[in-house]
Amino acid sequence: MYIEKTQMSESVALFVPCYINDFYPAAAQATLEILEDLGMRVHYPRAQRCCGQPFINNGLIDEARSFAEHFEATFEEFDYVVAPSSSCVSTVRHRYGELIGQERASETGRRVYELCEFLHDVVGLERLRFPKAWRGRVGLHNSCHALRELDLALPSERVLPHFSKIRAVLSRVEGLELVETQRDECCGFGGTYSVTEPELSARMGRDRIAEHLANGVDLITGVDRSCLMHMEALARRDGTPVRFVHVAELLAGRVEERQ
Amino acid sequence: MRGIDHGANAAAFLSDAKQAAWHDRALWHVRQKRDAAARSVPEWEDLRREAQRIKEHTLEHLAYYLEKFEAAAKRNGIEVYWARDAAEHNGIVHRLLSEIGAQKVVKSKSMLTEECGLNPYLQERGIEVTDTDLGERIVQLAGERPSHIVLPAIHLKKEQVGAIFARHLGTPEGLEDPTALTRAAREHLRRKFLEADAAITGVNFALAEEGGIVVCTNEGNADLGTALPPLHIACMGIEKLIPDAKSLGIFTRLLARSATGQAITAYTSHFFKPAPGKRLAVILVDNGRSDLLRSEASEALRCIRCGACMNTCPVYRRSGGHSYESVIPGPIGSVLSGVREPEAAASLTFACTLCASCDAVCPVRIPLHEDLLKERERTVHAPQYRGKVRGLRFAAWMLRHPWLYRAGLKLYGWSLKHLPRSWIYNRANAWGRDREMPVPAERSFAEWMEERKK
Repeated sequence: MYIEKTQMSESVALFVPCYINDFYPAAAQATLEILEDLGMRVHYPRAQRCCGQPFINNGLIDEARSFAEHFEATFEEFDYVVAPSSSCVSTVRHRYGELIGQERASETGRRVYELCEFLHDVVGLERLRFPKAWRGRVGLHNSCHALRELDLALPSERVLPHFSKIRAVLSRVEGLELVETQRDECCGFGGTYSVTEPELSARMGRDRIAEHLANGVDLITGVDRSCLMHMEALARRDGTPVRFVHVAELLAGRVEERQ
Repeated sequence: MRGIDHGANAAAFLSDAKQAAWHDRALWHVRQKRDAAARSVPEWEDLRREAQRIKEHTLEHLAYYLEKFEAAAKRNGIEVYWARDAAEHNGIVHRLLSEIGAQKVVKSKSMLTEECGLNPYLQERGIEVTDTDLGERIVQLAGERPSHIVLPAIHLKKEQVGAIFARHLGTPEGLEDPTALTRAAREHLRRKFLEADAAITGVNFALAEEGGIVVCTNEGNADLGTALPPLHIACMGIEKLIPDAKSLGIFTRLLARSATGQAITAYTSHFFKPAPGKRLAVILVDNGRSDLLRSEASEALRCIRCGACMNTCPVYRRSGGHSYESVIPGPIGSVLSGVREPEAAASLTFACTLCASCDAVCPVRIPLHEDLLKERERTVHAPQYRGKVRGLRFAAWMLRHPWLYRAGLKLYGWSLKHLPRSWIYNRANAWGRDREMPVPAERSFAEWMEERKK
């Protein structure tokens, strides 16, 4: 317990993106652990399903609407909804307006947080104590929706004072040396883009991996497991010796220092 | 109707891995120069907001400003013509040229005349048109189209330019030195400037209050072209208008920095009246702009054609401008094409990972990735996406039925383990061409939570 329970009397729910639930449950388990270690009672509504992003991103608004309605109904009663994904959170925050009306959407969107954002903005950095040190260099993949839709860090295009909530949260892990790439460029996943233009998608992913490797890292992390999934799939095909873990797994001390 | 297959074009571009990597690096370098230039202006983000505001205001009152411009320009002795579409525009240009018996015309860069297909139109009528922007001249000689709106020949390396010049300008075979090549082009173009009967230029900004136009170039070719001939025809889309000279400063500070990372273009030429004894004609062209103004993508009319969205676009840099098969490629081009021909250009609205980098560099803050996303609501219903839509609807149905979804996932996991590799990684599996399939976890998070509760 790292914060007083009384300081967090509001209810917190965990939203687990569908692909994390099925393919990367460790990221969700780590998220739950982090929140519980902070002294929160975390609700996990079983009825939750996909946020609808694949349908919105492909212009299938009617299909998307039912997912937005469902999300809103499922998480209505909670003060905070925390998810280990910037892309899904951005969908809820920025895309639901068109689907369920601006007013309802902004009410829902206000309560939904990406994990690092929640730790940084709601919990507060000074309260964060992560149990395990992690000694080594880690490459940070700055995903597009984290940078340019959720403002979790300043993207390189903008001319404003630099900040990174992701880096700030990760810096609370003792020993961890975070290395960012010079290009804060898209990995090429883009949901169904990965199969719509597979050659270009793969080229972009390989370029990102190469820049990380040139920085001398063998572990790449990020707030979006979907980007990491795509890059991991490329690395596996190419036999590239590099590991991919979600930020939550590093924070929760669930990652082996050497494999 | 033509259908653009951007994915296939991109794959073809990438098949020359070395050239594609070079193209990506060259344009990323321009993006970095843009970053450095933008950072030299502390109030950069304020400038962008101000530019957005001025353009929004002008477009909201476009009719007022157009008439104001016309009146002021005429007072200055400038002739003003109105063209509803490309055909009217080309007709007016041809008439103006025929009236003075012009045979040879020099033209500085103008995306509008590309859009209207002016060059072939005039050439079919026996008039020689010489593009005088170096990059444009290179692609004109090569019989190609510009692949970038600011850097028309960025898809060509110096060796390729050398080969084009050897064929058309008689330079020695194998000449690759950029300085020598530029000198050859310069000599060739000087002759064209001297011979020209008339000059055509584009317009970067038209000032309603003063009734003047501003043309920005780095080579001074607009000035050289207009200096000698008796007639200067300036072609502009009606969205090029800004209220007055006072607001111009906002845009000149943004334009060159966003485009190439220069503080300002080498030449920012103001044409406020015809030179003594000469004529200056401005053609105001609609060609679909009024429709665009009424559409959901009306913000695209704010565009000042800096090309920054192309330089930053990870898809554009790796697929080349020609992969878009459009006059204007890249993010802004895809937005425009998606409105104009939603069916033929459907693949362009999907040639985007929604990374939003274009929105972030755009000097007039056009929400490009939002516009592309919005356009997909229409373009996804193009015939080539029938399979994709069916697949997504099936996925939506599965996701709404958790038991079925679980069963499907178990089957997928089982297949990965037990089926022969060639059954999984076949031609139909676009993911698997370059990537291994993700493996489902033994236990999902939801299952783990169930057990944890017990």
